[in-house]
Amino acid sequence: MKEVMIRPERCMGCRSCEIACAVEHSESKDLFSAIGESPVPCKRIYVEYIPDLAVAIPITCRHCEDAPCTTVCPTKALSRDEVSRRVIHSPELCIGCWTCSMVCNYGVIGRQKEARVAMKCDLCPDREIPACVEACPTRALVYAEVKDFSGIKRSQAALKLAKGMQTGSIP
Amino acid sequence: MASKAQDRSIDPASLIMLKQAEKEGIETAWDRYEKQQPQCSFGQLGICCRNCNMGPCRIDPFGEGADKGVCGATADIIVARNLLRMIAAGAAAHSDHARDAVLTFKKMTEGKAGSYNIKDEAKLKALAVEYGIPVEDRNREEIASELARALLEEFGKQEGPIQFTRRAPEARLKLWAKLGIEPRGIDREIVECMHRTHIGVDNDPTHILLHGLRTSLSDGWGGSMIATDVQDVLFGTPTPIKSTVNLGVLAEDKVNLVMHGHEPILSEMILEASEDPNIQKLAKEKGAKGINIVGMCCTGNETLMRHGIPTAGNFLQQELAVITGAVEAMVVDVQCIMPALGALTSCYHTKFISTSPKADFPGTVRMEFHEETAYETAKEIVRTAVENYPNRNPERINIPDEKQECMVGFSAEAILAALGGTPAPLIDAITGGAVKGIGAVVGCNNVKVKHNYGHVNLVKELIKNNVLVVTTGCNAIACAEAGLLVPEAADQAGEGLKSVCEALGIPPVLHMGSCVDISRILVLASAVAKTLGVDISDLPAAGAAPEWMSEKAVSIGTYVVSSGVYTVLGTVPPVLGSEAVTGLLTKGLNGVVKASFAVEPDPFKAADLMIEHIEEKRKALGLEP
Ligand code: SF4
Ligand code: SF4
Ligand code: SF4
Ligand code: SF4
Repeated sequence: MKEVMIRPERCMGCRSCEIACAVEHSESKDLFSAIGESPVPCKRIYVEYIPDLAVAIPITCRHCEDAPCTTVCPTKALSRDEVSRRVIHSPELCIGCWTCSMVCNYGVIGRQKEARVAMKCDLCPDREIPACVEACPTRALVYAEVKDFSGIKRSQAALKLAKGMQTGSIP
Repeated sequence: MASKAQDRSIDPASLIMLKQAEKEGIETAWDRYEKQQPQCSFGQLGICCRNCNMGPCRIDPFGEGADKGVCGATADIIVARNLLRMIAAGAAAHSDHARDAVLTFKKMTEGKAGSYNIKDEAKLKALAVEYGIPVEDRNREEIASELARALLEEFGKQEGPIQFTRRAPEARLKLWAKLGIEPRGIDREIVECMHRTHIGVDNDPTHILLHGLRTSLSDGWGGSMIATDVQDVLFGTPTPIKSTVNLGVLAEDKVNLVMHGHEPILSEMILEASEDPNIQKLAKEKGAKGINIVGMCCTGNETLMRHGIPTAGNFLQQELAVITGAVEAMVVDVQCIMPALGALTSCYHTKFISTSPKADFPGTVRMEFHEETAYETAKEIVRTAVENYPNRNPERINIPDEKQECMVGFSAEAILAALGGTPAPLIDAITGGAVKGIGAVVGCNNVKVKHNYGHVNLVKELIKNNVLVVTTGCNAIACAEAGLLVPEAADQAGEGLKSVCEALGIPPVLHMGSCVDISRILVLASAVAKTLGVDISDLPAAGAAPEWMSEKAVSIGTYVVSSGVYTVLGTVPPVLGSEAVTGLLTKGLNGVVKASFAVEPDPFKAADLMIEHIEEKRKALGLEP
């Protein structure tokens, strides 16, 4: 399964991912129309700012393999889709008890104001690439299989080492 | 990979070049636009402010995050301020162009710009009379020198009035005075925009926008109008003339020099210099059959209108011209010149020559142009092009065959002359119903719209419905390329318009010039309104900018609306982040200046909106539908 992988060192804090997410989860899926909609379209990805380090980092649902939110949800509103392997939320089952929010390590379960139910990343089922990933101008978000993502990181690490061997210092 | 060309332009010549670019892996604006996708939502909505260094501040359009900047500016304030800055930039561009034209004119009167002289003495005198400068028993040099000073003063005036605003109908002038938006001086209004948008100055969206209207008027009835009129005095007022347009005007066997940009001060000299016998001889020696000077964008419109010099294309064709491999020199001055031309020309033998003291680009040969030495520099430029001819790579030459005849040169004066000296026949045609009204269609190209698709379809729809179209800028070139600027295009018009065009031997779409020449449209509208004894806002007329992109277009749209003409924009301006500003522009302005904006990307629907508006105005005037 592909995941939204984060490369935190690339994030500029522009919040393009947040807006793209809200627009994708709007009625019209069009920026210019979405801004006037009711219910107000909501984002599922959060750009968190860490003042001490002056950095911004996008945080979104990890679709955990052993997802605590699905374990604790009393109504099975949160469950794992066996085909796509995504952690999905069924609003019609949700009773708004927020147990899931208490156990999620990332705090990425939000609240849909009007319907008073939980709300989280669904990896944009209507799209090939999630809206946030496509919107990120610096490619801080990538949509990839973990093995591919790690593979790239490994080869980058290897390249650094190799260069270090040539110049005698590790950059 | 499948070709993307078909989605990028409707123009056959451009399609050939787009495919060539694909084949050679050459990047164009369309590719760069793709790489920009998706574009920043804050920017598109106009809700990002960088006006002070506590920012940048952004407003969350969905109301979850920040609803104010650090200083407390709301989305309404930020959008209004950003819009005002766009108007200021646009007005500055037109007006600074005008300043240079007036300075050249002034230097000429002082004998310091020997290459220039007065081509239209009648217009010189008419302008002098407008300024209350005596003309009887005086030589033209005296008149010109006094007029030059008076025109120059318009820029630095503090309390107005800008003389040419007096060309507007009485009712319009009274309305502007009542609203307090009569421009006081060209430079003053632009400077005040920058002051008002500084942190902590003007923070009421309506108040901000009213100044936007005033600034735009200092452009339309000030800077742009001065540019048009001074250029007419110096280079002649256009009269109907035939020419050809599109990339096919580039010659296989001649030195091709493309003049791209905006100011005829440069292009007129290049034309003269290209006729120099020594340079002609040099061209022959270098193996060329001659020198082919062609225009591009608005400088192209200027020389097309005055001399019938062919034009190679509009804004989105600047890169395509270079990709023909047949351009010896791309000579530029200011405005709408893509910096991308630097890298692009370096892939060809093309010399990229920049001339304006104000504007340089990557990879240029610098040949700074000054009035005092205008002809000499122009000759150097042409010589550089000629000497570059042998460097052509014949294998890379691919000039599309497509070129199209056109009839251009319809200055307000020329239109009145064609009508027999008064607007009466046009008014009769309108009141009689043969012509439903007038559509002014102008503006740029924008990669967000398939090249020329918006322009051509909107104009075709209008003439089909008996709306006479006046055009300038990149729209005019698009119409020319689509064959709409020939008298035979009357066949595509409705019966009424067709009969009028046939009687007068004119096309159903009248090319009135470059972007500063939208001032000619104002003068024409004003003349018609005055003859009818009404305000411009009462006329069965509407404007459109189907593919606009530049800040100049924002200023233009604003002065056209402020002058009373309903205007439909084909691309969305960055204002939707504020409901208040959007509402004011699309509705509220009706209660202020009796006209407003609409946004409609579909050219067919945009035409419907314009026609609907024209019908309403006809009804209000008691005319048959
Ligand atoms: S909501 Fe939290 S716990 Fe549930 S899958 Fe996503 S990251 Fe894991
Ligand atoms: S808030 Fe909804 S999804 Fe979360 S645990 Fe409760 S019922 Fe389940
Ligand atoms: S779009 Fe990318 S750079 Fe911008 S905030 Fe989101 S993750 Fe960061
Ligand atoms: S002027 Fe106000 S809104 Fe703009 S950057 Fe400064 S603090 Fe932010």
